[in-house]
Amino acid sequence: MRHLMNPLDFTVEELEKLFDLANDMEKNPDRYANVCHGKKLATCFYEPSTRTRLSFESAMLNLGGSVLGFSSADSSSAAKGESVSDTIRVISCYADICAMRHPKEGAPMVAAERSKIPVINAGDGGHQHPTQTLTDLLTIRSLKGKLGGFTIGLCGDLKFGRTVHSLIEALARYDDVNFIFISPEELKVPDYITQMLKNKNIGYEEVISLDEVIGRLDLLYMTRVQRERFFNEEDYIRLKDFYILTKEKMKAAREDMLVLHPLPRVNEISVEIDDDPRAAYFKQVQYGVYVRMALIYTLLGLEQGGDKAC
Amino acid sequence: MLNVGKIEEGFVLDHIKAGQSLSLYHHLQLDTRDCTVAMIMNAKSDKMGKKDILKVECDINDLNLDVLAVIDRNITVNVIKDGEIIQKKELTLPQEIKRVFKCKNPRCITSIEQELPHIFFLSDETKGLYRCKYCEEKFDMRSLERVKIS
Repeated sequence: MRHLMNPLDFTVEELEKLFDLANDMEKNPDRYANVCHGKKLATCFYEPSTRTRLSFESAMLNLGGSVLGFSSADSSSAAKGESVSDTIRVISCYADICAMRHPKEGAPMVAAERSKIPVINAGDGGHQHPTQTLTDLLTIRSLKGKLGGFTIGLCGDLKFGRTVHSLIEALARYDDVNFIFISPEELKVPDYITQMLKNKNIGYEEVISLDEVIGRLDLLYMTRVQRERFFNEEDYIRLKDFYILTKEKMKAAREDMLVLHPLPRVNEISVEIDDDPRAAYFKQVQYGVYVRMALIYTLLGLEQGGDKAC
Repeated sequence: MLNVGKIEEGFVLDHIKAGQSLSLYHHLQLDTRDCTVAMIMNAKSDKMGKKDILKVECDINDLNLDVLAVIDRNITVNVIKDGEIIQKKELTLPQEIKRVFKCKNPRCITSIEQELPHIFFLSDETKGLYRCKYCEEKFDMRSLERVKIS
């Protein structure tokens, strides 16, 4: 039985297979409309995350399966003091696969160790959010036709954003990817990431001005500056509007440059860009459903025609 | 010259940095064990000038010495059986440390999940840093608290 805890759990080859499957599901939804008939997905969300939970639920429903679960710790037995280990043992009797979000780092791994069903990490604190990374990779591969051979700019909060760190680590496994990190001094990408790139001889630049580099990018990954990451409200207010992507700024961008964002956005991307064909962040949401469909299908072992045999 | 008698079975920990034996006594949680301990402090040493020595009389299979390498890799471990040295152990950093130190990341699941063993994997041998299995935070083990033996 296999689980997904970390975006790097799957090899590049395994990801290729997963993305091929996701694209096939996109093109032939009818073929997969009932493949999970009789199967149940448990969404165990110890903290609210509407988009991720609904994306998982939508994915399972698209496959003809059913969903059950809870959407906050208050409405689960965790409020009575039940451990993650006990909860997953119980959930294993109710469902065939589980997507778990938990505020504590490593909680889904504890669940996976005790579980009789595949567990997907749907976000554990500031640690990992692998299905977001898989979503980003599938979006890039589907819209650019390949993973690798491009220059990607990552802009905004590169210090606290786990999505960005995971995406960099995942893209570093592909050939000929150049990174441009665009952030204020206070929100620079951590040293361990730049060290990893140096060790792998992967090119990167660190700049403050988006205008300076936007014309050189094939992809622009925007991020939100998150209030909850700051101890000091003043710093948050000073940095939150540091980058706002506007129509004016987009004039300098290439015609085939894609704008990605893990969402939710606040005001770092002006709504006037939403109709620009280069704005790919809502397509990204759709790819999030396809990749979760492919993941559920794969972890349930349905490709082998088996049951939880992966 | 102070003389401390031979032990029949147990460990003689030699070349401990002078003054550190008391902290090792606590790190090895010898106060919670049924064993006799002799602590020799500030002994003369050609190599170190001054050193500490710990003699621990106990079942040699009953004491986890993983903690020693993490604290000081220069300590010499003599394993004693039937009053004789049967092995001189070189201390190397273990790949995995289990149920010895507590992860201090308050966001880690180990902070709330009952009975979950605290496990660390060696992450940087040169700096002696370990990563928590669950939250993957990196730590110098010497900055962490010991897991209490119940």
